[in-house]
Amino acid sequence: MTFYLIRRVGQAFVVVVIVSIVTFILSRLLPGEPARAILGLQASPVQIEAFRQARGYDEPLIVQYGMYVDRLLHGDFGFSYKENETVAALVAQRLPPTVLLVGLSVVVAVILAVPLGMLQATRRNRPIDYGLTGASFVFYSMPSFWLGLLLITLFAVYLDVLPAGAPQGSMSSVLAEPAGLVLPVMTLALVTLAEFSRYMRSSTLDNLGEGYVSTARAKGASERRVLYHHVLRNALVPIVTLLGLRLPAILNGALITEGVFNYPGIGRLFWQATQSQDYDVLLGVTLIVAVGTVAGSLIADVSYAVLDPRVRYVQPR
Amino acid sequence: MTSGVGDPPGATPAGGEAAAKGGLWRLALGVFVQHRAALFGVGIVAFMALFSFLGPVFYHTDQVHTNLSRANLPPSAAHPLGTDDVGYDILGRLMLGGQTSLEVGFAAALVATGIGTLWGAIAGFTGGFLDGFMMRIVDGIIAIPTLFLLLYLSTVFQPNTLLLILVIGLVAWLGPARLVRGEALTLRTLEYVDAVRMMGGTRRRIVGRHVIPNTIGTIMVNTTFQIADAILIVAALSFLGLGPPAPATNWGAMLSNGVNYSYAGYWWLIYPPGLAIVLTVTAFNFIGDALRDAFEQRLQRR
Repeated sequence: MTFYLIRRVGQAFVVVVIVSIVTFILSRLLPGEPARAILGLQASPVQIEAFRQARGYDEPLIVQYGMYVDRLLHGDFGFSYKENETVAALVAQRLPPTVLLVGLSVVVAVILAVPLGMLQATRRNRPIDYGLTGASFVFYSMPSFWLGLLLITLFAVYLDVLPAGAPQGSMSSVLAEPAGLVLPVMTLALVTLAEFSRYMRSSTLDNLGEGYVSTARAKGASERRVLYHHVLRNALVPIVTLLGLRLPAILNGALITEGVFNYPGIGRLFWQATQSQDYDVLLGVTLIVAVGTVAGSLIADVSYAVLDPRVRYVQPR
Repeated sequence: MTSGVGDPPGATPAGGEAAAKGGLWRLALGVFVQHRAALFGVGIVAFMALFSFLGPVFYHTDQVHTNLSRANLPPSAAHPLGTDDVGYDILGRLMLGGQTSLEVGFAAALVATGIGTLWGAIAGFTGGFLDGFMMRIVDGIIAIPTLFLLLYLSTVFQPNTLLLILVIGLVAWLGPARLVRGEALTLRTLEYVDAVRMMGGTRRRIVGRHVIPNTIGTIMVNTTFQIADAILIVAALSFLGLGPPAPATNWGAMLSNGVNYSYAGYWWLIYPPGLAIVLTVTAFNFIGDALRDAFEQRLQRR
């Protein structure tokens, strides 16, 4: 286990380094004078020159990259001249609501996907299986902004039971008004659920064909016991990997959901930054989100290895 | 094969006959005959393509000049699906939007598959240090959620439709690269690859003539899903205001424009493009699923 852990952490570290190279390259894609693009049209020549010096734009690329990493390691992710705030401070303020949104949606999606997937697997090729498969295809194929707006129309306009937008401000105001969380969480959960329940269905089907199921049945275990005691545990394990793999996709969904509900998270921060062409915010958020997904998949892989000891002994190739 | 356990002796499991007779294309054809969902998928895709590209030949509408005096009209004989907020006929606009959605979907998927296949085949076949190096690059880029990367690139380049295809393709090639690399790793240990090498075949020949053609099943399945994803990505970008610029439109742009009028009750602005997206994306997913079933059956036989 220790060996596996060290190897996996080492891999994650390499990936983070590559992510930083990618964001560095992205920062160099800016057209024309990068200092001008970042500081805006009103910046004076003196400011531009100072900025060029601070970022080392006159140095060779490799030195610039070194300076970039050095800044990152000191917690300096850039400065938003549009918001007049450091990117680190903006992210610190906007990240917790996104973590809350993503966390809750994933929990809701898994809680619903597991029984739904098992139900489909045990009623394979019967009307209920076809119906749920059809529904999950529709949810998967639906642009998530449309789904969000349909939920708003239904619950906030016609039924008038839930607020249409999320509370503004920071984490505390989001927590103070939990009703505002319901629709965003529902939207993101439904998008995620479609994929998870399909995965759970095939995972359960795979397990139902295994020898241990026949053994359990031969021992006289009831179908209920076979399903909940034996199959459920084994079928759940791959879901952990799926969580790690799908984290980037879930964050894509969060970006859209936050846009639809005006939810004060990191996705909306990013979207606003695209509108105002606030490149330091865009690059800083991209880097932090990427590091988050690397950490997420690391945690998923390690939990998988804890749950399924076979993984630890598999050597590459 | 689990499905064959209870079958009478001599019975051919579903899909088995086509697979047994070999031929990849014959196999693919067999899939569509047997899977009703896949047939439905092909039907929808064919219909949408004909509707979008041939429709305007038969159904003439003015999609250039706005006409505010005819804005937001409900469906009628003159406008079967009504008009939108600047007076365009929605049925005609649906054809125009379909062209962009399908073009971008197809082209971006092809770009992504092309780059990914080549990258994965070279990495997997060469192995060693180069493989590790190339795949770590993939790991690094895949860690950045697609939409964030795309939005950044769209903000910097403000792409037209052609550039958008390239940008989506450049972001989406990572999945196919991983898949093909995995297949190439297996393929390079097979005997016929050794045989080619012994006969003096160059690496380029082995990758180009033997490795890639053998991964074609995986590639086809993946391309189908890529098209579906690309159509959704264009829709998401349009909603976020970074889609293909006007005067081009696409189903996603029509939908995100239409949802502004959710509260006004102008349903004809919302449901036609919304349903077009859902139907098309579902269709491609059905096709992909059926193809994957077929190729997996074939793999199990090997």
